[in-house]
Amino acid sequence: MLGTDDSQVRSVLARMLEEDRSSLARDWAGQEPHDGDRNGQDLRREAVELLDALRTALGGTLPVSRIVDQDPAVRDALTSLSERRARAGAQPSATAMAILALKRTMLSAIERHTDDSALRYRAALLVNELLDSAGVLTFEVYSAGRERIIREQHDQMLELSTPVVRLWRHVLAVPLIGTLDSARTQVVMNSLLEAIQANEARVAIIDITGVPTVDTAVAHHLLQTVSAVRLMGAECVISGIRPSIAQTITQLGIDLSHIVTRGSLADALATAMQLLGDSARPGAVTG
Amino acid sequence: MNAGLPILRLGDILLSGLLSDLDDKTALAFTDELTTRIANEGIRGVIIDISRLEIIDSFVARVLMELAGTGRLLGTRMIVAGMRPAVALTLTELGLQLTGVRTALNAEQAMELLGWRRPAEEAPHAS
Repeated sequence: MLGTDDSQVRSVLARMLEEDRSSLARDWAGQEPHDGDRNGQDLRREAVELLDALRTALGGTLPVSRIVDQDPAVRDALTSLSERRARAGAQPSATAMAILALKRTMLSAIERHTDDSALRYRAALLVNELLDSAGVLTFEVYSAGRERIIREQHDQMLELSTPVVRLWRHVLAVPLIGTLDSARTQVVMNSLLEAIQANEARVAIIDITGVPTVDTAVAHHLLQTVSAVRLMGAECVISGIRPSIAQTITQLGIDLSHIVTRGSLADALATAMQLLGDSARPGAVTG
Repeated sequence: MNAGLPILRLGDILLSGLLSDLDDKTALAFTDELTTRIANEGIRGVIIDISRLEIIDSFVARVLMELAGTGRLLGTRMIVAGMRPAVALTLTELGLQLTGVRTALNAEQAMELLGWRRPAEEAPHAS
């Protein structure tokens, strides 16, 4: 019973979408603020694309609650609409509102099409269900796009922010910039250890001038790096400890006493040269 | 008694290496042979190359630390050379610091630590 009703409502809506296609698209696009003709045309083309997809889907057999999720044409139309608007700098709420505005346009079209109030009511319910999920989908697409961008930038930052430079024969330096979390420590350690092996480095200088704060977690990561470097058979010097950071480290009670630390990179380089000179002398390096 | 692992003698230095499939028996025999030779031959330094090891578990780590401790008691310096970056990473993650074990990047640097000179400054060939 409900099934037959449903199909009746769907066919009415599909017919309406077919007959009023251009006027619906015009009305809908007209509701939106736009500047210039080109933008208006874009909006109309977008609208026609979505309306066509909806009409085809309503003519099909998919239940209404699953059209937006599973009909590929509707999904594509909504996805491209959301992505295009996101690229144009629209807020996600504005995009969702635009989809919801289509509801109003369609409801008034339904009014024009039928006088049967029961049919109107059911059609209104159906349109509501359909477009609500469509609005949610545009929001999802928007945030998924954002997430992707953030992830990409995060990865790029990881690669950019951990250069290992060769300062001298057998001396390497890693200028760290930004906060040191475990993921970055992994990247730093990896590239540093590889570089130590490739350059036969004896001293690695970790410069933390660009690290804004050192808390227990950051200190732990530094200690880990230092012990990994030592296992490789190289010595590690930490440089660029600013007065405020030195104070924090002592206040937190972090023990860095078994690590060579220096104020500036220049001091660290001098220390590295000393260590190099010593390591050439027999019996000078002690465990 | 035969450990199966070659131990080379260069002057007063012993040079050996570990392979990745080190089991209890081999490790014990190796430690035995090494300590005996250190004591009998007046060895000053021992270099153990581990560049063939893809992984160091807690067992191998303990063997190395015990060797270093034994060596120190016998008055030699033991140096572990050639640890791979990936191995160093895993060890630090596991919190195994190889306390008391001296490390060097490769066997050559370990030799230098023990006081051997690179013959670079000397004449290349004395025919």
